Amino acid sequence: MSLIDAVARLGRSAIDLVVGLGKAGLMLWGAIAHRPRLRKGTPLLIKQLYVIGVQSMVIIIVSGLFIGMVLALQGYNILVGFGTEESLGPMVALSLLRELGPVVTALLFAGRAGSALTAELGLMKSTEQLSSLEMMAIDPLRQIVAPRFWAGVISLPLLALMFTAVGIYGGHLVGVEWKGIDSGSFWSILQASVEWRQDIVNCMIKSLLFAIVVTWIALYRGYHVTPNPEGISRATTQTVVQSSLAVLALDFLLTAMMFGQ
Amino acid sequence: MLTRKIEILVGLFLLSGLAAFLVLVFNVANVEVKSGDSSYTLHAKFSNIGGLKVRSPVKVGGVVVGRVSAINLDPEKLEPVVSIAMDKRYHYFPETSTLSILTSGLLGEQFLGLTPGFMDDDVELLVDGDSIEDTHSALVLEELIGQFLYSMGSKD
Repeated sequence: MSLIDAVARLGRSAIDLVVGLGKAGLMLWGAIAHRPRLRKGTPLLIKQLYVIGVQSMVIIIVSGLFIGMVLALQGYNILVGFGTEESLGPMVALSLLRELGPVVTALLFAGRAGSALTAELGLMKSTEQLSSLEMMAIDPLRQIVAPRFWAGVISLPLLALMFTAVGIYGGHLVGVEWKGIDSGSFWSILQASVEWRQDIVNCMIKSLLFAIVVTWIALYRGYHVTPNPEGISRATTQTVVQSSLAVLALDFLLTAMMFGQ
Repeated sequence: MLTRKIEILVGLFLLSGLAAFLVLVFNVANVEVKSGDSSYTLHAKFSNIGGLKVRSPVKVGGVVVGRVSAINLDPEKLEPVVSIAMDKRYHYFPETSTLSILTSGLLGEQFLGLTPGFMDDDVELLVDGDSIEDTHSALVLEELIGQFLYSMGSKD
């Protein structure tokens, strides 16, 4: 009976989804629901901040600069038709703060750091390093997963802020230095339209939530990998695809909640 | 064990994150108007300044010669008083000059247009702290339409 088979397949994938969500939730709970151990935890966290945060800085800053410059150039070409090219400042700053900063940083972060996390954890799992840690009575969730999670959650908002700041200066570079918009008008109109609560705080809330989602997906995919080369490759791909889609969907929800009215 | 290099780099990473945050909060919210040695201050009273902002440019025939440094309200006459930081390089404007609030383009930002006045033997140059008496306020579209409608009505 092919119809029954189809229904069964649907049911199986639904059960798999719920089981996956449960496993991911349990993994995160096991990793972060502990009293913090500052003496032992801090060196592990610093190591991961280096791998996840510092090593992502170059790509984030370069992308931020170029995206800000391209945004300013395209915006200038349209605004100059209305004689309002001074409004370039708020256009660049608000698009970066409200959308591009958090979203593009999260997408780049998923590609740069998320895939690396999954591959690293996946290989640890495949070579049974995680099981041998458990045999030595060391909880791999606390020793391996937790520092990576916290490092991701700390790094991504900082990277998003750097991206946005560099992007605004990229826009300034094109708008003021190249296209000759008056520097005072650029900044004064920009400052008149950027609000602390509405724009900067929302930018940070967005990037914090993206950080949790991207790091969580990457760690879950690596921790529950099928322990063979093909499994690791599939898990790495899934990390990038799923966290990108999750970021974009979540971004729409957050934007609707923050700016919908 | 952690190497010292990694610790330093992580410290720099956190600091540059903080620096980006401060830039966004303070620089996207504040830029100093250059004052002091390289500029002198003039004052001007308007009846309406429209959309003029602090840091708006002051132009003579399109050339930027200074910036609005402060906008206050005269406590007695209840009129806006605009302070201008003029570039020291442009110090040869007579006191008969006029200031008007102009708009760049149809929808653009407002700026101050300075029109140099005539020079005469008993006319002095503008120096630090002087006031420009001859000012033209911003054109407010609603007022213009109101006047137009009023003059249309009075013809009948």
